[in-house]
Amino acid sequence: MTTIPFTFDVKDDPWELPYRGSVGMWCLIVAESSMFLIFVVAYIFYMGKSLSGPTPREILSIPYFGTVCLLSSSITIHLSVNGLKKKSQLSFIGWLAGTILLGIIFLLGTAKEWVDLIYKHHFTIHTSLFGTTFYSLVGLHATHVLIGLLMLSVVLVLGLFGLVGEDQFHHFHSLSMYWHFVDAVWIAVFFTFYITPYLGLAA
Amino acid sequence: MADSIPLSGVLDLTPEEKHPRLWLEVMHDWIVTTDHKKIGLMYIAASLMFMAIGGIEVLLMRIQLARPESTFLSPEQYNQLFTLHGTTMIFFVAMPILFGFGNYMVPLMIGARDMAFPRLNAFSFWIFLFGALLLYYSILGGKGVFGGSGIPDQGWFAYAPLTSVAFSKSHAADYWALGILISGIGTIGTALNIVATTVCMRCKGMKLNRMPLFVWLMLVTSAMAVAAIPPLSAAQIMLLIDRFLGGHFFDTQAGGSAVLWAHFFWIFGHPEVYILIMPAFAFMNEIIPVFSRKAIFGYPAMVAASVGIAFISFTVWAHHMFTVGMSAAANTAFVLSSMIIAIPTGIKIFNWLATMWGGKIHFTVPMLFCTAFLFQFTLAGLTGIMLAVAPFNWQLHNSYFVIAHFHYVIIGGILFALFGAFYYWFPKMTGRMMSETLGKWHFWLFVLGFHMTFDFMHIVGLLGMPREIYTYQPGHHWAVWNMIVTIGAFVQAVAVIIFLVNLVRSHFKGDLAGNDPWDAWTLEWATTSPPPSYNFAEEPVVRSRRPLWDLKHPEDPDWKYEFETENRLAEQK
Repeated sequence: MTTIPFTFDVKDDPWELPYRGSVGMWCLIVAESSMFLIFVVAYIFYMGKSLSGPTPREILSIPYFGTVCLLSSSITIHLSVNGLKKKSQLSFIGWLAGTILLGIIFLLGTAKEWVDLIYKHHFTIHTSLFGTTFYSLVGLHATHVLIGLLMLSVVLVLGLFGLVGEDQFHHFHSLSMYWHFVDAVWIAVFFTFYITPYLGLAA
Repeated sequence: MADSIPLSGVLDLTPEEKHPRLWLEVMHDWIVTTDHKKIGLMYIAASLMFMAIGGIEVLLMRIQLARPESTFLSPEQYNQLFTLHGTTMIFFVAMPILFGFGNYMVPLMIGARDMAFPRLNAFSFWIFLFGALLLYYSILGGKGVFGGSGIPDQGWFAYAPLTSVAFSKSHAADYWALGILISGIGTIGTALNIVATTVCMRCKGMKLNRMPLFVWLMLVTSAMAVAAIPPLSAAQIMLLIDRFLGGHFFDTQAGGSAVLWAHFFWIFGHPEVYILIMPAFAFMNEIIPVFSRKAIFGYPAMVAASVGIAFISFTVWAHHMFTVGMSAAANTAFVLSSMIIAIPTGIKIFNWLATMWGGKIHFTVPMLFCTAFLFQFTLAGLTGIMLAVAPFNWQLHNSYFVIAHFHYVIIGGILFALFGAFYYWFPKMTGRMMSETLGKWHFWLFVLGFHMTFDFMHIVGLLGMPREIYTYQPGHHWAVWNMIVTIGAFVQAVAVIIFLVNLVRSHFKGDLAGNDPWDAWTLEWATTSPPPSYNFAEEPVVRSRRPLWDLKHPEDPDWKYEFETENRLAEQK
C-alpha cells in the first residue's frame, strides 16, 4: 500500500467549467465560418470566369460608409455589454440602440447598392457567374445581419421593460459574440468583393 | 469511507408513483420531451425505421442484379432506388442512430442530468425527422408541373449537371436538397449540443483526461460535424439558387463548373466517413475493455489518434476525384494525406488488440460483434489504402470494388460496432437483457451474409463491373458472383429480422438486467436501468477513469495510481 499521505479529495478541488452558451456560440461560429468559407471559395474560384456581363470593377463601388457603420457597431455592442456588466441601464440601452441603428444603416446601404445594381446596371443573380456568386454571398451575409438585428431588437424591447439584468448577462454576452462574428465576416466579404478587383487577381 | 466515491446518494429510491395512463398521454410525453434519453431513443427508433426502408430498397436492387438482363426493375426505378438507398442510409440512418447513442450516453457517462441545451436537442431531432420525411414525400408530391420522375434519381452524391433543371425536371431534386439541408441543421444542432455538454456539464472530478473514451470520441466526432456539415449545406443552398433563381454555380453553359460541386460535396463527404466511424470507435472503446476485463490500453494515444484523424480527415477529400483530371501535384498530395490517415487508425487497431491481449475475454454477443469489427475494419482499411493509390484508383474507380470497399467500412465496421452497442446498452436502456441465443444466431448469420455479399463484390469489381448500372449482359463472368452477392444480401436481411425480433421480444420478456449486468466501469452503470429522468439524484464525484471500479474495489482503486503518477511528475519538476 502507498505511504504517500493521503489528502486528495476532489470535493475540495475548485471545479469551474466554461459557460455553455459561450461554447455553443463558438460552435455555431465555427459552423457558420465553414459555410461562408465555401461561398467565398466559390466566388474566388469563378473570379474572371464569367462568360458575359460586367466585371466587378465596372459596377461595384466601395461601400465605405456602411462598412464604417458595421465595424463601429462592434465597439458599441461591446460598450453595451460592459454597461450591463456594470449595471448601468442607461449605457446598456443607449449603446444597444446605437448598435441596432448602425446595423440598420448598413442594411439600408446594402439595399441601395442592390437596387442600383439591378435597376441601373441590369445586373442580377441570373446575369453571369459574377452575379450568382456576388448576390449569394452578400445576401447570406445580409441575412445574418438581419437575424442579428432581430435578436438585438428583442433584447432592446426586453431591456426597455427592465427585464434584462445581471442574470441575463451571459446570454447577452453570447449574443454579442454572434454580432462580432457577423462584423468579422463582413471584413472577409469586403475584401473578397471590393478589394480583389484592384489587386489584379482577376484575369 | 475515504476510498470510495460518494455514489451512495446517486439514486433517489422513493418509488415513482405509477398510475395507468392514456395512450394519448404517453404520446404527448414523447412529443414534448426534452429528456436526452427519450430523444436518444427516438433517434434510434427513427433510424431503425429508415434502416428497414433503405434495406428493402437495396434488396430490390439486388434482385434486379442477381441475373443478367433482368427486367425486374426498370432503369428509372433502379436509379431512384440507389439514390434513395444511399441518401437514406447515410443521412437518415447512420448519422442519427450514432447521434442517438451519443445523446443517450454522453450525459450519463459524464454524470450530468441532461444535455447543455435540452430544447435545442428536441428541436434537432424533430427537424431531422422532418427533413427525412421531406425526402420521402417526393414519392407523393415530387411530380411537378413538368412531369417526369417524382423520386430523386441523381445518385446520393448528386453530381452536377444531373441535378440541373434540364436533367431533373421534377421537384424530386429539390426535395432531395431540402431534405438534406434541413436535417443537416438538426445534425449541427445536436453536434453543437454534444460539444457544449462535454465541455460544460461534466461532474466534479471528471477532468478531460478522465472522461470515458466514448465521450472523447463523441466530442471529436461532433466537433467534426460542426465544421463538415456546413459545406454540404452551402452546396445545397447553391444548388437551390441554381434551380430556383436561375443561378449559374454548377451551370457549365455559363462558365460554371461541375467539378466544383464534386469538390464541395466531398469536402463534406470525406470527413463524414470519419464522423460515422468515430462513434463506432467509441463503442469499441467501451465494450472491448469490459469484456477483456482490462482497462483500455494506451488511453492518451487513443485520444491523440482520434484528434489526429479529425484534422487529417479534412485534407483527404479529393481522393474521391482522382479520375476527374486533377494536376499530378494535387493527386500526389491527396494520395499522401489519404495514406497518412491510416497511421492514427492503425494505432487504434493495435491498442484494441493490446487491450484484449492477456485479458480474460468473455465472448458475449457485444464482444463477438467487436471482434468481427476489428477483423473487417482492418480489411476495409487495407482496400482503402489500395484505392488511395491514384493509378490503381484510375483502374477501379466507380467499379464494384469501390462499393465493396465502403460497404466494408460502413457495414463491416460501423454497423457491426452498432449491433455490439445495441446488445451492450440495451439492458441499460430498457432494464432487460437481450437474448444471447438469438444474438448469436444474429451474429453468425450476419457474418455469413456480410462476407458472402461484400467479399465477392470485390471480385466482381476487379472483373470490371461498374457501379450504378441497372443490368448487364451475360458473358462477363459477372453473373455467378452477382448471384452469390444477392444471396448474401438476403442472409443479412434474415439476420437483421432476427435482431429486430430480439429487440422487441427482449423488451417485453428479457431477463431483468439490474443496474450493472456487465460489471462495467463507467458512470452510466451506477444508476438504475432504465435511468430515472434526472439520471443521478446527487451529482457523482469521480477520481479516476473508472469510477465504478473504484467503488467496487476500495482496496485497490485506480485513483491511487493516478495520484502517485501525478505526485511523481510533480516531484520531477
